[in-house]
Amino acid sequence: MSHTTATANTTVDLTKIKPYGDTLNDGMVQTSFTLPVPDGDEAWEAARQLAKKMGLEEPNVVYHKDLGIGYTYVIVYGKCQHTVDYTQIHVTKVESTVMDRVECIQYMKDHFTRPIVVVGASTGTDAHTVGIDAIMNMKGFHGHFGLERFHDPLQPGTGMIAVNMGSQVPNEELIAKAIELNADAILVSQTVTQKDVHIINLTNMIELCEAEGIRDKMLLLCGGPRISHELAQELGFDAGFGPETYAEHVASYILQELVERKRA
Amino acid sequence: MTSKLNLDQKVIDSARAHAKNIAESMQEFINEHTTVSTERTVVRLLGIDGVDDVERPLPNVLVDAIKDAGGLPRGVAYWIGNAIIRTGKTPQEIADAVATGELDITKLDPVTVEEARAAIEPYVEESLAKIRKQTAKRNEYLATIGEGKRPYLYVIVATGNIFEDVNQAEAAARQGADIIAVIRTTAQSLLDYVPYGATTEGFGGTYATQENFRIMRERLDRVGEEIGRYIRLCNYSSGLCMPEIAAMGALERLDVMLNDAIYGILFRDINMQRTIVDQFFSRVIIGYCDIIFNSGEDNYLTTDDAIEAAHTVLASQMLNEQFAVLANIKPEQMGLGHAFEMDPETEDGFLLELAQAQMAREIFPRASLKYMPPTKFMTGNIFRGHIQDALFNLIAVWTGQSLQLLGMLTEAIHTPHLHDRMLSIENAKYVFNNARHIGDEVEYKKGGIIQTRAQEVLVKADALLAEVEKDGLFATIEAGKFAAIKRPFEGGKGLEGVCVRDEMYFNPFIEKMLGGAK
Repeated sequence: MSHTTATANTTVDLTKIKPYGDTLNDGMVQTSFTLPVPDGDEAWEAARQLAKKMGLEEPNVVYHKDLGIGYTYVIVYGKCQHTVDYTQIHVTKVESTVMDRVECIQYMKDHFTRPIVVVGASTGTDAHTVGIDAIMNMKGFHGHFGLERFHDPLQPGTGMIAVNMGSQVPNEELIAKAIELNADAILVSQTVTQKDVHIINLTNMIELCEAEGIRDKMLLLCGGPRISHELAQELGFDAGFGPETYAEHVASYILQELVERKRA
Repeated sequence: MTSKLNLDQKVIDSARAHAKNIAESMQEFINEHTTVSTERTVVRLLGIDGVDDVERPLPNVLVDAIKDAGGLPRGVAYWIGNAIIRTGKTPQEIADAVATGELDITKLDPVTVEEARAAIEPYVEESLAKIRKQTAKRNEYLATIGEGKRPYLYVIVATGNIFEDVNQAEAAARQGADIIAVIRTTAQSLLDYVPYGATTEGFGGTYATQENFRIMRERLDRVGEEIGRYIRLCNYSSGLCMPEIAAMGALERLDVMLNDAIYGILFRDINMQRTIVDQFFSRVIIGYCDIIFNSGEDNYLTTDDAIEAAHTVLASQMLNEQFAVLANIKPEQMGLGHAFEMDPETEDGFLLELAQAQMAREIFPRASLKYMPPTKFMTGNIFRGHIQDALFNLIAVWTGQSLQLLGMLTEAIHTPHLHDRMLSIENAKYVFNNARHIGDEVEYKKGGIIQTRAQEVLVKADALLAEVEKDGLFATIEAGKFAAIKRPFEGGKGLEGVCVRDEMYFNPFIEKMLGGAK
C-alpha cells in the first residue's frame, strides 16, 4: 500500500459521512432483530435480503437463534451504502448555557429578588418517579443534586422552591398546584411511552394550560427517556429534556429563560 | 447453617422481636376494621361474578349498595346470609337482583348472626373446595412434570393484550423461564374495582382480570406439559383491590403474587389504614393456597440510595415476614424482596451487593427470596446493561436466591422485546450453570469488607425497627422513614372505603382460612 493512499483514507469528507468499523468509510453496521419465521436457511436468507433493503451491502448473519415459537433472532453485520451530509445538519436544542448548582444559586442572587417556584410531577397514569425524583429531589441522581437543593441554606426565602408531587398526578391537579403556588415553571415527567400514551397526555396538558389561561404565564417543560427538545416544542412545550439530563440543565434553562422573558 | 457473615444472632433476634411487636400492634387495628375491597373479596369468594348493564362489576354494585345503606360495618357475609334466608336465592341471584334494583338487601327482616353464618356456610365450603382443588392440581404438576432449578428464572410480559401476552409467555417458557409475570396496566393499582373479562388494551401492561388469569394459566399449563416443567404464573395482589385479586389468584391457580404490607402506601399513595386492613385478608388467602408472595422492598431503592438505605430494606423484610406470620403463611411462601440497585460506578459495589444478598439469605434461611435486577442505573448502553445483569445473576446463584426477576439489557429503553427476553434468559442460564456451586466453595474474610458491611446493615435495621416499635408504624410512615416518602394517616386514596366493624361483623373466609380448613 502506498503512502499517499494511507493519508487519503484518514480524511473525512463531512458532506458524505457513513459508519466507521475499523477503516474509514467501510460503513460497518451491526443490527439485530427477530423475524416471525422458523430458524433455518430461509430465515437467514430473509434476514440478508432485509438487510440489503436497509442499505447494508454484503450482509452477514453472524448469529441466529430459535425463539421457541417459530420465530428467529438474528445478528447481522453489513456495510452501509448511504451517506449523510454532516455540514447541513440542523438540530433544535435548548438554547441556554449550562451552569452548575453553585452558579445557578449565584445567578438567582444576581437576577432575582424573589424565590423561583418550580412544580413537577409524573402525570397521567404514569407511575414512574425515577425521572422527576432525579431532577427535583434533594438527593438528585448520580452525584448531581436536585432542584430542592438549589438555594442558599443561609438565606431562606431565596433560591429555588421545588415541589415534587410524585406519580400518577392528573394534569388538572398539577396545574391547580402551579396556580396555587404561582409557579414560574411546571415540569412534567413521562416514562411510559407504550402506544404513545405520553403524547396523548402531554397534548392534554397543553390544552388544559391554555384553557386555564396559564400557557404564557409559566414555563412548561417536559422530560423523560423518550422526550427530545424538538418533540416537546412540537407539542407546545417551551423545552424538553431527554436522557442524561440533570437538575442543573433544567435550572439553567428556567433561570435564563425567565430573565430573557423579563420575569426577574 | 453457620453464618458466613459472622452475624450476631442476638441482633437478628432483637430486630425480629421488634418487627413482631410492630406487626402485632397493627393486628389490633386490622381486627377492628373492614374495607370495601375486603368485602368485595368475600363477595367474589361466594361465587358472585359478572357486570351490570353499565359494565360495573357486580361485587362493586353489591358492596356499594350495602355501603350506601350504612351496612358496611356489619360485613357483606351477614347481609348475603340474611338475604339467602329471606329470599331463598343463591348469592349470585341476590347480586343480580340488587343490580337490577329488584332487591334492597339491607331492608329485609334481620336474622341472627348464627343464622346468617349457617346460610352462607355451604357457599363458603364450595369456594374453599374450589381453591383446594387448584392447590392440589399444582402439587400434582410439581410431582409429575416437575419444575426448574432455583433460582427460578422469572420474566415479565407486558404487551397490554392478553392474547399477545400468552404468545410471549409461551416463547419465554420454551426459552427456559420458570415464572411468568403479567405486569399490570400502569393505572390499575388505583382503580377501586377489578375490570371484567378478557382485555386487549393496556398501557405498559395488561389488566389483571379473572378471565385474563384463566387464559394465561391455560396456556402455561399446556406449554408446561409439553416441555415437562411446571411454569408458575405471577400477578399483582396490590393496589386498591389487593385482596380481590388475591382471591382471583387463588381461584385461577396463580403461583406467585406481589403483595407488600406497605408498598401501596409509599409508592401509590394509597391510604395506610386501607392498605393495612386489605393486606391482611390478601395474605390470609395467599397463605391458604400456597401462593408465594413477593414483597416490594426493591422499590425503596429506586427512590432512596441503595447503599445508604440498605437497612430500610432489611427492616421492611422483617416487617413483611411478621405480617405474613400473622396471616399463617409458611416461610417457604415468603418471597421477601431486595434488589441489585447500587450505582455501578461504586468501588467494590459488587462486594456490598453480595453482602446484602448473603445477609438476606442467612437471616431468612427458608424464605423464597425474590431478587430484583438493576433498573435505576440502567442506560441506553445495552452492552454494559447486559454485564450489569450478569453480575446480578452471579450474586443470585452465589447466595442462593430463589426467585430471580431477570434483568433486561433494554430496561431503560422499552418493555422487553421478544429477543431481549431470550438474551436475558441465556445470560442467567449461563451464569447459574457456570457458577452453580460457588456459594459452597467460597467463604468470606473475617472482618473483611463483606462481613463488616452486612453486620453494619443489620445493626442499623435493628435500630430502625426499635424506633418504629416506639413510634408506631403509622407514625413512622408519616415521618417518611421508609423510602424517604411521607404519607399522612388520613391522606391518600381509598380512605372512604374503610370503616370500623360493628359487633355483628363476621368474615367466614378469614376464620376458615386461618384455621387451615380442610
